[in-house]
Amino acid sequence: MTPVDYLPLLIMIVTAIIFAALALMVSALLGPRRPTHRKLMPYESGNIVSDTDPGRRRFPVKFYLIAMLFTIFDVEVAFFYPWAVVFRQLKVFGFQVMLLFVAVLLIGFFYLWKKGAFEWD
Amino acid sequence: MGLEDRLPEGIALTTVSQAVSWARENSLFPLLFGLACCAIEMMATFASRYDLGRFGAEVYRASPRQADLMIVSGRVSRKMAPIVRQLYEQMADPKWVISMGDCASCGGIFNNYTIVQGVDKIIPVDVYVPGCPPRPEALIQGIMKVQEKIMKEGIKGTNK
Repeated sequence: MTPVDYLPLLIMIVTAIIFAALALMVSALLGPRRPTHRKLMPYESGNIVSDTDPGRRRFPVKFYLIAMLFTIFDVEVAFFYPWAVVFRQLKVFGFQVMLLFVAVLLIGFFYLWKKGAFEWD
Repeated sequence: MGLEDRLPEGIALTTVSQAVSWARENSLFPLLFGLACCAIEMMATFASRYDLGRFGAEVYRASPRQADLMIVSGRVSRKMAPIVRQLYEQMADPKWVISMGDCASCGGIFNNYTIVQGVDKIIPVDVYVPGCPPRPEALIQGIMKVQEKIMKEGIKGTNK
């Protein structure tokens, strides 16, 4: 391979750059631009938000608790999946380790239960 | 036509307006939102069975900034009306609207105080698709009508 053999590659790169630049230029020239106040407003799924909206509203702390609980049990399930895949290779040892893991989580679970974390009101 | 006769075979002439309209009509980007049961038919329309991709409009954009076709698929409640209007306002120009189904077009069977009696009361509509709900074929025809309109209005119709 000599450098001349790469000429098609160079032509392709140059063509691609020219095409991209041309497409951007043409759309900039021919596309209408009508910025309005409402068009430039932040997109909030169509909800109309004020420009002066603080964006940090207060909401019940209960949701924080639910989110934390979800994270804990979500991670538990996330650990279960790879463990289930290699369940047969790990034999009894893997089962014991997982039992230990679940036991640790269950201690927290019963603690939360006793504290009343699962009661909404 | 003088110039076309002298050109060698295989070269076509067009105007900028036609070329732009042709590009626009074959790459419509509908806004991804559904209001009621018509939306189920809309989903069927761009799925594999009816394959809206044949008309270049299968990529639904979840942001109005990237969309140029609004398909109002379902009844517009009074609570939803300002949101629909805001979504329309935030769409990039040029933009078109299909009113899909009887409810969006005129209130349909919901002749009551909760439903806006036709989405054309809040946004300009280009094509009305009748039906309750319209079949995917009907929506496809509506999109083809929009394409016809885009081709007819040309670049001047939208670049005011």
